[in-house]
Amino acid sequence: MRLVYLVPLALFLFFAGLAGYMLTQPKDQNVPSQMIEQPLPDFALEPALEGMPGASRSDFVGGEPRLLNIWASWCLPCIAEAPHLERLKEEGVEIVGVAVRDTPQAVEGFLSRHGNPYSRIGSDDISELMLEIGASGVPETYVIDAEGNIRYQHIGDIRESDVPMLLEKLEEVR
Amino acid sequence: MMRFLVALLALIATPLAAQDSMPPAPYAYTQLQDPALEAEAVELMETLRCLKCQSQSIHDSDAPMAGDMRHQVRARLLAGESPDQIRAWLIQRYGDYVSYQPEVSATTWPLFAIPLLLLAIVGAILVRRLGRRRSDEGDAA
Repeated sequence: MRLVYLVPLALFLFFAGLAGYMLTQPKDQNVPSQMIEQPLPDFALEPALEGMPGASRSDFVGGEPRLLNIWASWCLPCIAEAPHLERLKEEGVEIVGVAVRDTPQAVEGFLSRHGNPYSRIGSDDISELMLEIGASGVPETYVIDAEGNIRYQHIGDIRESDVPMLLEKLEEVR
Repeated sequence: MMRFLVALLALIATPLAAQDSMPPAPYAYTQLQDPALEAEAVELMETLRCLKCQSQSIHDSDAPMAGDMRHQVRARLLAGESPDQIRAWLIQRYGDYVSYQPEVSATTWPLFAIPLLLLAIVGAILVRRLGRRRSDEGDAA
C-alpha cells in the first residue's frame, strides 16, 4: 500500500486528537482589553448618587496609582468582592468606582448593605466608559498609574487571593 | 397545610432580578431617521460581535451591552464617522475578537494564506495529472 493513502487517516487522527485535547482545556470566555499600557481615554461621568463626586479622567492624574472598579448594584459577584475592596481601601488604596446602568437608589442600597470603599463613583448608564477602556462585563478592576495610564486589567470579582496581587501591581507601577 | 402553602408560594416566586432595570441607551432599539445611514448601521452591526454573548452579532443580541454597542454605532455614524472608523475604534479596544470580518494581521494571516495554498496545491496536482494524460495519449498515438 502506498503511504500516500495514510495521509487522510493521519489528518483525521491529528484533528481528533486536537479536539480531544481542547476538550480537556478550561474554557476561557474572557475578552481581554487591548487598552493595557495605553492612556486612559478622556471621560467625565456624572455622580452615581447624591453626596459623592462623579469620576473623570483627571481624577486619575497625580498622586498615587489608583484602582478603577467597574461594578453595579445588580451584579452578584460584586457583592462577593465588596469585602476585598474594603481590604484594599484599608491598605490605603484609592478606589474610584463606576456604576454601570444603575439608579442612585440602588447604588445607595448596595453601599449601605455591603460597604463603600470608593472615593468617588461615576455613573455609566450606557456602557460609555466600559467600551472606551475595552471592558466586557462587570465586575472588572483596572490598575491606573499616577500618569493616568491603564496598567493592568482584572476580569471578574476580586477574590481574597487577588488582594496581595493587586497591591503588588499598584506598587510596581508607582 | 403549611408545607403545601410554602410549595405553592415557591411556584409563583419570581427570581431576583440579576439584571439592571435601566432604560436602554437612546439608539439601542431606535433606528436612525435616515434610511441610508440606518442601512449602513445594520450592515456594520451584523459584523460586530456581542461581547457578552459571544456567538451573536450585536444586531442579533438583546444583551444590554449589545444595546449599548448599537447605540455607539448609530451615534457615531450620525456624528459623521465611517463604518470602518467605528470598527477600527472597537478593534483597538477589544482586538480582532469583536469583529466578524477578519482583517489580515499577525494572527489572522493563515486564514487568508491557507485557502490560497490549497488552491495552489490543487492546481499543481491538476497540471501534473492532465499533463501526464496528454503525454500518455501522445505515446499511444
